[in-house]
Amino acid sequence: MVQYEATKVEPEMSVLEMLDVLNEKLISQGEEPIAFDSDCREGICGTCGMMINGIAHGPQRGTTVCQLQIRNFRDGDPLRLEPWQDRAFPVIKDVVVNRASLDRIIQAGGFISAQTGSVPEANSVQVPKTNADQAMDAAACIGCGACVAACPNGSASLFTAAKISHLALMPQGQPERSRRVISMVADMDQEGFGNCTMHRECEAVCPKEISVRFIVQMNREYLRASFKEREIIIPAIAQPSAAGV
Amino acid sequence: MALTGIVGVGFILLHVSLNLLAYGGASAVNGTDAFLKSTGGWLWLARAMLLVAVVLHIVMAYQLSLISLKSRPVDYQQWEPVGSNWASRTMRWTGVFLALFIALHILHLATGTLHPNFIQDNVYHNVVTTFRVWYVAALYIFAMCLLALHVYHGAWSMFQSLGYNHPKYAGWIRPVATCITVVVVLGFISIPVGVLTGAIH
Repeated sequence: MVQYEATKVEPEMSVLEMLDVLNEKLISQGEEPIAFDSDCREGICGTCGMMINGIAHGPQRGTTVCQLQIRNFRDGDPLRLEPWQDRAFPVIKDVVVNRASLDRIIQAGGFISAQTGSVPEANSVQVPKTNADQAMDAAACIGCGACVAACPNGSASLFTAAKISHLALMPQGQPERSRRVISMVADMDQEGFGNCTMHRECEAVCPKEISVRFIVQMNREYLRASFKEREIIIPAIAQPSAAGV
Repeated sequence: MALTGIVGVGFILLHVSLNLLAYGGASAVNGTDAFLKSTGGWLWLARAMLLVAVVLHIVMAYQLSLISLKSRPVDYQQWEPVGSNWASRTMRWTGVFLALFIALHILHLATGTLHPNFIQDNVYHNVVTTFRVWYVAALYIFAMCLLALHVYHGAWSMFQSLGYNHPKYAGWIRPVATCITVVVVLGFISIPVGVLTGAIH
């Protein structure tokens, strides 16, 4: 744990902008800057995650680190920054971690298989509004990994459940509904994540405020698929590429 | 965990109802005990099923805990709970203590091995004489507080594990689980308290 003093920080700055200012100072002093990841800087890409004072994405509910403003802290407050800690999230440097394990869970079934061809008439596939609304709540997941980071068991259940539920609620997700849940859960377990015991830490830190009811739905889907799916499914886990991603 | 937990919750609901017969005096308690023992094989079948459920519950908790604890090889320097409660975070501890307590309880009031004044088939006498000793009563009351924590989280989360959360009725799960916890634990605690205060004599 290294201590830095961030100066010339404005209250409207986000935590990442504060880190940018601090890093400029460090670089000008010939020191190693703090390594952190960012991309969209608007709370939608899932790249910037870190623990701030023991809470994933910091103290404000439903807010990513890139959207967390410095005015949430008082002048002089210490900010303890830590990377996500999990066996399936190897730390690259400082607060940068490798979340390819989440990508592999999606590769195991978080998709629909659709034929290419001409565009079908938009209204020919009907979706009940309640399904569409609930699926959107689940689809809001940005894959940031805060749920895993906050979970005392290191479980990726909320992430996996969000994708499973999202597609299970949609008509397009029906053909592969059973094999999806079995395959994704098998991959989630193989990645080394822990098991869910309903602490509900995940839901509390999720920047998109995704509910644990999707974990309940995943359990139900798994039970249903255990009876319905007649094929033996061995998830083909994509191995990390040469690029190390 | 949820399925074996259901057996556990069902058992303590049954057990507390039988315990509350203590307020009906020696004949109620010993009479019911004699009846249960007269069923012979059925009682042993029930005991076997309970034992299987308890063993599976502990084995699965152990295996799942190992996986979960291995998932975070390097711990945080600072981690603040935001969404969880003390009951959920202490399940492993209350579970271990309750396992030990159950073993002691069976040796104490069922087989009488640890009871200084044990009279075979006189449950009422055994219970009343033992709870007059303050530290025995205190241990049981403490164990029941831990049971409260364990069941408060367990009785609620078992519905989640089994995939039940119907939008209309899921709101009842938390109040029902809390109710079960309060009724069972207060019911159990009232026995040693009743003996100490003389309400059961």
